[in-house]
Amino acid sequence: MTDPSTNQMADRSELISFRIGAQEFCVDIMSVREIRGWAPATPLPQSPGFIRGVINLRGAVLPIVDLAARLGLPVTEPTARHVIIVARIGTQVVGLLVDAVCDILTVTKDTLQPTPDVACDMTKAFVKGLLAIDGRMISLISLNDVLPDAELEAA
Amino acid sequence: MSKTVLTVDDSRTMRDMLMLALSDAGFRVVQAVDGVHGLEVLGGEPPDVIVTDINMPRLDGFGFIEAVRKDNRFRAVPILVLTTESDQAKKDRARQAGATGWIVKPFDATKLVAVIRRVAA
Amino acid sequence: MDPLAAIKVTFFQECEEQLAELESGLLVMQDGAHDDEMINALFRAVHSIKGGAGTFGLEALVRFAHVFETVLDEMRSGKLPVDANVVAIMLRAADMLADHVRAARDDGSADEERSRAIAGELANLCGISADGPEETVEEIEGLDFVPVAFAFDDAPPPAPLPEPVMDLPEPEPEGPPRETWTIIFKPRAALYASGNETAFLLRELQRLGDMDVTVQASGLPLLQDMDPEEGYLVWTVTLQTAAEETAIREVFEFVDGDCDIEVKSARADASAALDVHALIAMATAASGPAAEAPAMAMPAPAPAIAPAAPEADNSDLMEIIKFIDDAKAAVAADEKGEPLAPPPSSDAGIPAAKAQAAAGGAAAAQAGSGGQPPAGQTIRVDLERVDRLIDLVGELVINQAMLAQRVAECGLARSSSVAIGLDDLEHLTREIQDSVMAIRAQPVKSVFQRMPRLVREVAAMVGKQVRLVTEGEGTEVDKTVIERLTDPITHMIRNAIDHGLEKTEDRIARGKPAEGTVRLAALHRSGRIVIEVSDDGAGINRERVKNSAISKGLIPASADLSDEEIDNLIFMPGFSTAATVSDISGRGVGMDVVKRSIQALGGRITIASEPGKGSTFTLSLPLTLAVLDGMVVSVCGQTLVAPLTGVVETLQPKAGDVRSLGPNGTVIQIRETYLPLIDVGVQLGYRDAPLLPTSGVALLVEGEGGARAALLVDTIQGQRQVVIKSLEANYRKVPGIAGATILGDGRVALILDVDSVLSAKVTEPPRNPTVLAAAG
Repeated sequence: MTDPSTNQMADRSELISFRIGAQEFCVDIMSVREIRGWAPATPLPQSPGFIRGVINLRGAVLPIVDLAARLGLPVTEPTARHVIIVARIGTQVVGLLVDAVCDILTVTKDTLQPTPDVACDMTKAFVKGLLAIDGRMISLISLNDVLPDAELEAA
Repeated sequence: MSKTVLTVDDSRTMRDMLMLALSDAGFRVVQAVDGVHGLEVLGGEPPDVIVTDINMPRLDGFGFIEAVRKDNRFRAVPILVLTTESDQAKKDRARQAGATGWIVKPFDATKLVAVIRRVAA
Repeated sequence: MDPLAAIKVTFFQECEEQLAELESGLLVMQDGAHDDEMINALFRAVHSIKGGAGTFGLEALVRFAHVFETVLDEMRSGKLPVDANVVAIMLRAADMLADHVRAARDDGSADEERSRAIAGELANLCGISADGPEETVEEIEGLDFVPVAFAFDDAPPPAPLPEPVMDLPEPEPEGPPRETWTIIFKPRAALYASGNETAFLLRELQRLGDMDVTVQASGLPLLQDMDPEEGYLVWTVTLQTAAEETAIREVFEFVDGDCDIEVKSARADASAALDVHALIAMATAASGPAAEAPAMAMPAPAPAIAPAAPEADNSDLMEIIKFIDDAKAAVAADEKGEPLAPPPSSDAGIPAAKAQAAAGGAAAAQAGSGGQPPAGQTIRVDLERVDRLIDLVGELVINQAMLAQRVAECGLARSSSVAIGLDDLEHLTREIQDSVMAIRAQPVKSVFQRMPRLVREVAAMVGKQVRLVTEGEGTEVDKTVIERLTDPITHMIRNAIDHGLEKTEDRIARGKPAEGTVRLAALHRSGRIVIEVSDDGAGINRERVKNSAISKGLIPASADLSDEEIDNLIFMPGFSTAATVSDISGRGVGMDVVKRSIQALGGRITIASEPGKGSTFTLSLPLTLAVLDGMVVSVCGQTLVAPLTGVVETLQPKAGDVRSLGPNGTVIQIRETYLPLIDVGVQLGYRDAPLLPTSGVALLVEGEGGARAALLVDTIQGQRQVVIKSLEANYRKVPGIAGATILGDGRVALILDVDSVLSAKVTEPPRNPTVLAAAG
């Protein structure tokens, strides 16, 4: 704890950035398990539109969230070039459908700017803050609420 | 060369306790689950000391001790009876069967090891 | 986990086993059969629990177990007769003991009042004191075992023998004052016969303080009169020690009665006035008229005696030498803090002792060879590891199926070596899967053995005499199923006692035995496990059931139902015939809930009843919840799996059999009944407009409450065993879907939840009389 570099490390985090349409987003790399190409998903009945269905990930059944649709953007029409980011949220593992993965970023906490009050409610619910890197604006996404709330949906 | 102790007890808990206490004290421990099994093991692994329970299925402690003593090879092996029975009658019966001494449960590791060292060569 | 905590876990596991044994033994006894070995086993079970509990300081448990054990001991010795009353009390005591064990395990406390009451009943059986906890604890804590008054490992090695007496007057600066004792000790044959050794006793005394030993051989008879196993020597020990007399006597505790022993305090002897006097007194007492030699200087005199019996089979003489050697070796080894080497001995040496030494060597030589394993060896494995293995094998099955499909797609002939190899692989994979599932299979005993207690409690609550008969306890089923059997069985047994059996007076009035019988049986039948709960009660009162269903609006008054259909009404939601919701079966849970929970497991429940003779509930479940036999179907290009257990038959709808009913309802006529025809694609939201019935296939399924319907799908692909995967693990429950599986092509297929698809339709108002009449 006396080592100054340790303190610095605590503030520093690695993010993985990806593209949806023309916008760039990122998530904490610690929650990312793997990145794989798009494979057709089995649709789930009576599910919200942003749930593309489920795929087989080495024997586990993994729900696929169309992150664009989840963020209120137009629904993705997936192709072979689309990418699934496999991420851990709590005890669950989900696949996030995005257009492409861009970069791995190393940022410090102080570079994160608060989300300006222009965004729609849905965006605000997921965007934790903004990063300005090399003239690009990247939105940091919180994954905690990406899956539908079981109780709300059931009601 | 560490000494070998044969423990005969039908309770897994007690066997584990004995194993822990005796191996911590540097003994080699061989275990059997009842008198019959004890006699089987005895043939393959002549112990320096035997510690046996009294109440066991198939062959109880008294019967086990008698059988051990009948075998010329084990006439003088120290046999300690490990039991919660603390009345004199049980002790006498164990001794008649040929037990060297006894340990009253619940034992603690120090007591157990001390008594074993007391009767062992 | 620290080793002691791990042992404690073992202890509680073992307690459960012993409690189970205790209970099953008592139940057999209740039936009038018992033998000595059984009573012994009961005694051992309680005894063992008490022993372990004492080790872990679980006092309440020890106290109760002690009383119980005492009574069992009386029974064991034949002083207490085995009769119905005694067994009944013991059964209650067994339940109480179980409560104590669980309370101890969960750091809680058992119902002390009840415990006292039952302990009192036990105690009354043989006139002992039930509330003698002080006495009990005292005994258990081994106060009669006076701890050996030395710490072996920490004690400094005894100082080399000093000139004994000269030190005496000066008290030790620290610790209690030292005293001089004289111990005269004459071993008899019995001492050696029990494996005791004079040398070790002397070694033990040596640990108490400073010691001087003399041996007196005057008792030695002539050679021809000598019994080689008898002891003829008298040992006189002068011991300076701070220890109490009890500690000295303690050394001889194990040989009490096998030797003559005299322990005298020099101080008492000589009024502690002058230690010189004490010495003289001692010397006088110790020295005999004949041969006397200081033991520690023995090597020289010994050969002088030895020639009297050169190489002869004269054990006693050799023993003298050996004892002295041993004693010296013992002392020397103690001083060095080393273990003793086996004493050297001549060929003519003492048979037993030598054999032992040799045996000791042999034991060491054989180190690691291991004892003979007991028959039917088992190992305990962490369940997680088995589960992981089962998951992996599940993936292997899927992988193998994928591979087979790929190969088939390549157009290889079935006779090609690749295809044949794949067939073998499939065989092996299935076998591995079966074997792995067998690892997790358990006998239903663990569930069954909870029931006797339940029966006793429920019977007491409703004031009926009930006896439980169990069969097929050894029937094995996967652990995942076992865990979920308890609730339905519990409920069915409660129901049988509460509703099935008549009141005692009614039984007597009908000429039945006052005691009602509830039978619980398990068996394997065509790849499933079948559980039967039957009673010899009055059977279902069909008139009352039907009227009740009509008055509750569950069926129309005009409904013409078969006996079987009426019996099955009790599974309908909202049905309860009990005039008053009793304490037992009530609790807001009806047979409908039991039925639903069983169906959720892929099981079925049926009832058969005969008026005046009783009812039987039959429960059939898959042997495992990990795999499922399914019918693979296509709907809107999606592959779905329908559990085969729910599918009664499949048929091709003909145009004339399908009718519209209401704005968007469709029914299909199957033989004499009209059943709802449900388009699965529409139901799951895959399509808006229903498929033309004649272009699809209908699965006739049976669901909750025996309700039937036809599910319309596009095509049937075939039947297949599939590995069940949870959707909830990474997502959540999806209506209409029971789970998922992975197909040969690697894609996920959903498993239909037939009941939820059905109930969405069937419970839709208005009720269709035809449908409900068919629901039987």
